[in-house]
Amino acid sequence: MSRPLLILSVTLAILAPVSGTADWLQFRGPLGNGTATGSDHLPTALDAARHVAWSAALPGRGLSSPVVAGERIFITAASGAEQQILHVFCFSAVDGTALWERRFRATGRTMCHEKTNVAAPTPACDGERLFALFSSNDLFCLDFQGNLLWLRGLTYDYANASNSLGLASSLLVAGDTLIVQIENDSESFAAGLKVSNGRNRWKIDRPKAANWTSPLLLRNTPAGDLVALQSTKGITAVLPESGAILWEYTDGASPIPSSAVAGELLIVPSHGLTALKPPTAGGAPAVVWQTGQLQPATASPVVLGDKVYILNGAGVLTTGRLSDGERLWRLRLEGPFAGSPVAASNHLYVFGERGIGQCVDLRGDEGVVVGTIDLGESIQCTPAISRDALYVRSDGHLWKIAADSEP
Amino acid sequence: MERMITASPIQAPGLHSLRPSSRYPGLEPALLFRFTPAPMRSRCRPHPAASLFFVFLALGSAALAGAAEAAGPPGDPVANALSTLASVGPEGEGNEEAAAAWKIIAAAGASQLPQLLAALDQGNPLSANWIASAAEAIASRERTAGRPLPIATLGDILLDTSRSPHARRLAFDLIHSVEPDAANQLIPGFLNDPAVELRRPAVQGLIDEASRQQTAGQPGPAALLFRQALQSARDVDQIELIAERLGVLGQEVDLPRHFGFLTEWKVIGPFHNQDRSGFDAAFPPEEGISLDVSLPGKEGAVQWIDYRTTDRHGMVDLNQPLGMLKEVTGYAWTEFISDSTQPAELRLGSKNAWKVWLNGELLFGRDEYHRGIRIDQYRMPCQLREGRNEILVKLCQNEQVEDWTVEWQFQLRVCDASGTAILSTGRPATPEETRRPVRASSS
Repeated sequence: MSRPLLILSVTLAILAPVSGTADWLQFRGPLGNGTATGSDHLPTALDAARHVAWSAALPGRGLSSPVVAGERIFITAASGAEQQILHVFCFSAVDGTALWERRFRATGRTMCHEKTNVAAPTPACDGERLFALFSSNDLFCLDFQGNLLWLRGLTYDYANASNSLGLASSLLVAGDTLIVQIENDSESFAAGLKVSNGRNRWKIDRPKAANWTSPLLLRNTPAGDLVALQSTKGITAVLPESGAILWEYTDGASPIPSSAVAGELLIVPSHGLTALKPPTAGGAPAVVWQTGQLQPATASPVVLGDKVYILNGAGVLTTGRLSDGERLWRLRLEGPFAGSPVAASNHLYVFGERGIGQCVDLRGDEGVVVGTIDLGESIQCTPAISRDALYVRSDGHLWKIAADSEP
Repeated sequence: MERMITASPIQAPGLHSLRPSSRYPGLEPALLFRFTPAPMRSRCRPHPAASLFFVFLALGSAALAGAAEAAGPPGDPVANALSTLASVGPEGEGNEEAAAAWKIIAAAGASQLPQLLAALDQGNPLSANWIASAAEAIASRERTAGRPLPIATLGDILLDTSRSPHARRLAFDLIHSVEPDAANQLIPGFLNDPAVELRRPAVQGLIDEASRQQTAGQPGPAALLFRQALQSARDVDQIELIAERLGVLGQEVDLPRHFGFLTEWKVIGPFHNQDRSGFDAAFPPEEGISLDVSLPGKEGAVQWIDYRTTDRHGMVDLNQPLGMLKEVTGYAWTEFISDSTQPAELRLGSKNAWKVWLNGELLFGRDEYHRGIRIDQYRMPCQLREGRNEILVKLCQNEQVEDWTVEWQFQLRVCDASGTAILSTGRPATPEETRRPVRASSS
């Protein structure tokens, strides 16, 4: 393609309205369970020469996932001796061109465990605005052209809201409310902010305990759309617009892997895995099943079809039946894993800390690894899926992996 | 706590002669240097790279003559917008107005970049993020369009050590984005700069050269270069690296002195911390310090005990004098003699819940347990009195029994905003000092 034509095609693609159907606007995708629909032509062999459409250098590490809105890919990173420089990037999905970058300075504490990073929380997008949060509790809202719409310094506002190991809870958009979960041993809270200006719509105290899980949107429950807040205490379901607590599951949950939405069920990392059904009218949720045979480690569960998939501490992908939690097949993968798998079209994709990406075919009686790719840099993020492409970030790069027909 | 930090203006040798002065008002720095009488030039010793840089600045200035003013005229929309950004407050206060102001500023021309950077000297860290991101948006757009940046006036800000470190670092980055060679040649001149982020690459240059000498089998020159780097290093990772390399070369570094860790304490305890309630409980040491009386502790009367740490990072380990205890609270007290009334920072590292008082005023406290410790984990800006100051630390240990929850300790140092140690005039010699080790002068 000639350069003018390429520029024209990029420009047209960027100006095209966001379709929404294939977007990946938040941590673990539109369904809150790591899966995408309509992406039927993802590469499965994962051949580096054929399937790496492009890669773009990043100025610093990060564990945050890319989010995808139309032909824009948003990603965060942190750099500097104390990770005090906070980067927000917008890349073109077409060719990996950096459309804009905004840099900010951390106003909160940047200390974190060496394995994680200040750019750990995944941004969220409401189709018009990007919301980017960092472990320093700096939160920025930008439009798609990179104009700064509002910002918050949540440690500036709440001086003891931090975790010396680092925070990692990702953002969630619920209607016109942005949900932030800043849970730690000291000034622990969750808040709903107005997407328009970042002001508090509500703020509630949360258990004083370190917590790296992310909020989830439970759509169309008997009480309407709810936000599930996970902690070591369990699950608290709140109304997104007010923070009012509607129900709670109090039997404990992990502070590391997040829950997954499975239709009307919520699959919670609690006593292994626990399937909850929200109550129809008050009271507590029903425990549909609970199993110790499915023990997620760092990675969050993935729900695809009638199965749930978890990665245990040994890097073994384990499958459970969604109806009753019974364990099915197991498959050892090349780990270790810090990010969560994603899945589409009967294939599961996971990238490990050694830079190896693996594709598992889920169609048979047992899973089969059908493709591997070595990106040569440690990967701790959860990939994004959009329009038959995977987007994954390593320590130094953002990658687009797509079938041969993709540019 | 970081939001309260301000940098103290410290002259950077070799650069200050290039700043505009009241003696030659209105002259561009390059012209000022050219017309400065020879004796003054020889005293000031500007870095050779600086004069080369100002050739670039003069060229840039010609292209954008008269364009930059630190403050806009009355009614200037950019000035008004900057005022809006400077007034944003906590909890999103002023965000909507700021969004409109940001667009006005981001649409401004490159000539107004110095005005934006000047605004970084005021305001809070939130407004700084509004302003700096708008400045970078302008610069990005101008670079893409092939238009020049006002590097002369940006250079004025970069070389003016009375300006905020943020403004100066941003000025450097903007200059570097269009004139990387000139910017890089300036780096050695930042070796003793009050802006730690500018100082860091200069220190790294010395470390790199020292390492080359060491690799080439030249231990003498390598040690000299490492020692020079140590004098200027303020970032913990660089200090640790230099100390390690000097250790290999047989030169021990007095780290407690370099950092300004407080090593002489009186400690008392245990008091209770049942169910982590000790953090909020006010035990007798919080009511006043009387070193010669017994106090009711968790399991009987307790007294103040002399404690001296010889740890190279100034760690005060309460497990040593008070025992390996759980669900307890202890206190450490010391005095610090300041030779003047001065701004300072108390910087603490701890993985236990803690509170710190200076002269009876609570500076900060945090009830987090066993999530990690590092030097300068918490920075507490404060004002030292001339003469005697009292520092009280409260340290709580919780109920956890895992082997990684044994520590009941803290490290505390006194320094200025750049991290340069401020030493008590009553500071006793450390063991390293008595062995005549390498010392780093405060600069």
